[in-house]
Amino acid sequence: MKLLDRFLAGDRTALSRVITLLENDRDRRSAMLDVLYPRSGKARRIGITGPPGSGKSTLTDRLTARLRKSGRTVGIIAVDPTSPFTGGALLGDRLRMQGSWDDPQVFMRSQADRSHTGGLSEATPYAMTALDAFGKDVIIVETVGVGQSTLDVTDVSDTTVVLLTPESGDSVQAMKAGMMEIADVLVVNKSDREGADQFASELKMIVDMGRWEEGWKPPVLTASARDDTGIDDVYERLDAHGDYLADAGRLQTRRLRQGRSAIEKALGELWQGRLTVLQDAGDAMDRLSERVAQRELSPLAAAREMMDKMAD
Amino acid sequence: MAENIRVLVAKPGLDGHDRGAKVVAAALRDAGMEVIYTGLRQTPEMIVEAAVQEDVDVVALSILSGAHMTIFPRVMELLRERGVHHMLLTGGGIIPKSDADELAGIGVGELFGPGTSTRDIVTYINEEVGRRRVADEI
Repeated sequence: MKLLDRFLAGDRTALSRVITLLENDRDRRSAMLDVLYPRSGKARRIGITGPPGSGKSTLTDRLTARLRKSGRTVGIIAVDPTSPFTGGALLGDRLRMQGSWDDPQVFMRSQADRSHTGGLSEATPYAMTALDAFGKDVIIVETVGVGQSTLDVTDVSDTTVVLLTPESGDSVQAMKAGMMEIADVLVVNKSDREGADQFASELKMIVDMGRWEEGWKPPVLTASARDDTGIDDVYERLDAHGDYLADAGRLQTRRLRQGRSAIEKALGELWQGRLTVLQDAGDAMDRLSERVAQRELSPLAAAREMMDKMAD
Repeated sequence: MAENIRVLVAKPGLDGHDRGAKVVAAALRDAGMEVIYTGLRQTPEMIVEAAVQEDVDVVALSILSGAHMTIFPRVMELLRERGVHHMLLTGGGIIPKSDADELAGIGVGELFGPGTSTRDIVTYINEEVGRRRVADEI
């Protein structure tokens, strides 16, 4: 049986292969998505982001247990960074996600970001489409440990959880653009540590001062994923946000925005593909780099020249 | 050389000694591979489940407990049960030559003893994966 037929018949090994091909095989990616994409869109998508070491994997593990208790099936994509120097990556998220290892209704995949910026890999949205088309009820995507400006996660999730720890910095750090604005739910993890409650109240103050969509003020919660305390609260607020989105066409609005951004990203990907072909085919890039280095040509003018070539 | 080689590094059994596994994991990473590290106390069932979900090219086990004649055959059996035939099952530990030969007979790859240079492991994996990769018909 061909791969996609096995996938559609519910074969988990085939699901895993499909994700690999979506990652590696740029030539056939599009044909596969033609089959998968129309079958996706039903899953609830939750993004979990936060600085390195804030407990994203452990929280994902705990939430997965609760989702399973409620009878929902779960797909997880956990992204870790690729070394820009060697291309290698150490993917360690599975280490903290072993609570459901023997549950056939939980599928967890580690991804290296392959030097894609934004906290996800280029193929993360595609892997999510595969899990969605496979029939997972909930998809959790865990970003690389991020700072203030890696916010792609909002393009692929309906609800975004920002996870911080008491050490995440004073409230001024948190006021900087980015992380705070993408949060639908804020969690101060490692709540047993000193300063957790104070940090949480500072965050609440910032949320109060900030702007938020009508009808949903991002809650600030405290939890300890390691000790499994406060997780029920997180879980309930996630569900509440799901209900909020289901109301008044809000989810559709988000998905529309996500669709637009997905097209923009795909466009970039196609250009990148053309560029690679062009670089392989000729020395145009070499020639232009030299002229740019000699200050004969600005990088922007060189890029325009490349673009003209690609359009041919 | 095959691109984006994925390796699962796991440590079966109950002993808490994972320095060797970590050294190998870091060496493979530095050789440009994507290494999934699952840590200590992994059962063969856990290892195979992870290998399937991660669709790795290689399963590398560190076994120092002397249980290699149980664990390698069991992992191999479970992989076959899941219809997985292309993955390279390899590893390291203190494994007598006669045992390694017997394991090779059931399809286990080369096993590396103490003092092996990580470069040899990298070279071996690169070659084997290049040979074993299968093209799926979609």
